Amino acid sequence: MDAVLLSRIQFGLTVGFHFLFPPLTIGLAWIIYFMQRRFHQTGEMLYRQMSRFWVRILAVTFAIGVASGIVMEFQFGTNWAEYSRYVGDIFGAPLAAEGILAFFLESAFIGVLIWGENRVSPTLYRLSSLLVAIGATLSAFWIIVANSWMQTPAGYHIAGGRAELTSFIQAVFNPSTLPRYLHTIDASIITGALFVVGISAWLLLKNHHKKMARESLRIGLIVAVIACVLQLFLGHYHAVQVADTQPAKFAAMEGLFESEQGAPLLLFGLIDPENRTVNSKIEVPYFLSLFVAADPNYEVQGLNSFPETDWPPIKATFYTFHPMTWLGGAFILFTLWGVWLLRRGTIYNHRLFQRLAVIAIPFPFIVNELGWITAEVGRQPWIVYGLLRTADAASVNVPAAQILASLVMFSLIYILLLGLWIFLITRHLKPGIDENISGKEAASL
Amino acid sequence: MIELQITWFILVGVLLAGFTVLAGLDLGAGFLFYRFRSAEEREAISYNLRPIWGVNQVWLLTGGGALFAAFPRVYAGVFSGFYLALMLLLLALVLRAVAIEVKPEVSSDRWGRFWDESYFTGSTLVCLLLGVAMGNLLAGIPLDSQGNYTGGFWDLLNLFAIGTGLYSISLIALQGAGLLMTAGSDQLRQKAGQIAARYWLISLFLFLLLTIYCFIYEPQVFANYRRFPLLYGLPALLIICYAVYPVALKKMAAQVPLLVSSLLILALWGLLGGAMFPALVPNSADPSASLTLYNSSSSLLTLKVMLVLAVIGIPIVLFYISAIYRQFFAGRSLKQSIDNSASELSH
Repeated sequence: MDAVLLSRIQFGLTVGFHFLFPPLTIGLAWIIYFMQRRFHQTGEMLYRQMSRFWVRILAVTFAIGVASGIVMEFQFGTNWAEYSRYVGDIFGAPLAAEGILAFFLESAFIGVLIWGENRVSPTLYRLSSLLVAIGATLSAFWIIVANSWMQTPAGYHIAGGRAELTSFIQAVFNPSTLPRYLHTIDASIITGALFVVGISAWLLLKNHHKKMARESLRIGLIVAVIACVLQLFLGHYHAVQVADTQPAKFAAMEGLFESEQGAPLLLFGLIDPENRTVNSKIEVPYFLSLFVAADPNYEVQGLNSFPETDWPPIKATFYTFHPMTWLGGAFILFTLWGVWLLRRGTIYNHRLFQRLAVIAIPFPFIVNELGWITAEVGRQPWIVYGLLRTADAASVNVPAAQILASLVMFSLIYILLLGLWIFLITRHLKPGIDENISGKEAASL
Repeated sequence: MIELQITWFILVGVLLAGFTVLAGLDLGAGFLFYRFRSAEEREAISYNLRPIWGVNQVWLLTGGGALFAAFPRVYAGVFSGFYLALMLLLLALVLRAVAIEVKPEVSSDRWGRFWDESYFTGSTLVCLLLGVAMGNLLAGIPLDSQGNYTGGFWDLLNLFAIGTGLYSISLIALQGAGLLMTAGSDQLRQKAGQIAARYWLISLFLFLLLTIYCFIYEPQVFANYRRFPLLYGLPALLIICYAVYPVALKKMAAQVPLLVSSLLILALWGLLGGAMFPALVPNSADPSASLTLYNSSSSLLTLKVMLVLAVIGIPIVLFYISAIYRQFFAGRSLKQSIDNSASELSH
């Protein structure tokens, strides 16, 4: 098998798996910080008990995230040596900055948050949840910077056969950094909040830990509804930027072949790249042009205006983007409904809502993955958009058999890690287990 | 430009040295599990490692990132060249990360033993592989004109590199034993002291053996020392550390052996840097085409920006890490750790 293809599969597998966990870590970290702050403000033991419960879940999630993330820092060198040589002058810096300015902070204080409550001073412990949340959020920033530079490179010139930095600020704040970062962080908060809502609903359905579950559900839902509605605007902001800076990707996302003035917004359709058409369309006239440029007659570039060799894989881009938007819409409706039930005070006994909330637990993760696939597959055939093709970026001296071996190894490890994560989380929800963590507290109440 | 390149040569070394000194504590303690076989001893040790192993590992990740940023050709050439070895290293790192985090989640004997063994295996493998890699880099590896490694996986497992791999384990064992001596009950402290004495001897023996080997087969590693005799300060420091260590072990405060072994490891990194400079990857096929800090570095601007980030960031990191270490370890005995940890697991 082809070494480049194997490296692509391996990279997709490892990053795709890793990306399940950091968004949850970020979202949970902020919610835990909020709970701890409530505890210190009100002195109510309930909030301490809640934060302990969620810290245990954060601990397991962070552990699997770290274990799966170790691979990332090395993989550019092992599998993408040509890429590393070509862009190392720019791409390495955000990775190193992530370590020095963010990941040290997150890792140091998550040790305190998880293990330090009875072992360090109260001041240090109080700081820890905030610093973990800040560390995780900053860490995401530098990783998004690196990724965004691959999407919309800036602040560089080509010299001596490689890309060299000309402006660090321009490279860091390249055109897609901010929209992508805000979109991803909001997605992380949605992931964390809906996870809290779903797990709390499960506890309520099982009649277990009711008091804590009720309050967690309430907090999670309020955070979720704000983040979900906000995502309408942030997602829009990001899409406009993609239309502007990566028009071929945008055309593939929207399934637009012919450049069109007054382009319609496609809500549903079956794309047929061979015949360059979309079947069974449901569309809203003029709305795509309106969205992109606030002008119903604006001309949106279609795929036909790009050579086919520069097209991304159309189906993978198209069929991941649309379900992402549908699910995003569903989250808004679902959380609005939840808030309405909350205001009426019936949510804690509303079995249907609770069951749906449990069923919804995997969906934010799925949406994150869909969005990631849209962004990264849509970038193809480029590894750095418009600058370096993926096919030219892989290591030339690693035999395909070795990559296949490592791919099999990682697949097995990641299946085990996923199983372990699910096992530990569900175990944590069974009655009697988490009493351990709150047991001391119960005695003191 | 040259000043910046040299600065980054040193800084990458500092990050890796930070990793070996600090992660040496949790790697070494993991390796020493083979001497501490009871579940109680192992749990008492893990109790001390859990809050700090994660941040210790960040030194390695940041070192990798800094190498990528400052010397991309080295990062690309070494990492792709050592492909299988690195995949094994990743496997070992993942294994020990999961082992230490997941073990306390379930209180069952079989579960605990399984993850303790995994932690031992992962930790030992990490030390061995990093030692093997450093041995190969010191002696030099064959590269083509693009800076790609032209040898195979098995070539990396040569006699010298296996020797440096074992040497790496012996040093890390000193770090692990040093940690247990500072935070141990009398009984554990005594056992750790005996272990430290033994590994002091083993590592000294290996050091002499490897030096003699280099003298005969790799004389180029002494070239810098002949040209700049001041550099002999580094091996002198290392030898002083070896000389002081048994004295510290017998007569001085419990923390001193750990300080001496940490200094010894720092001196060793200095020694390696002194031997390899200006190469990061000496090319054994054609020494004139080695990857050096001159021909494989990033641009002036990148090195400058990175230096600013490092100068601001690393002192802050050191500040909060030392605050956290002090709080977790200050004046607390391992006996107390066992009690705390037992109550944490049994409640």
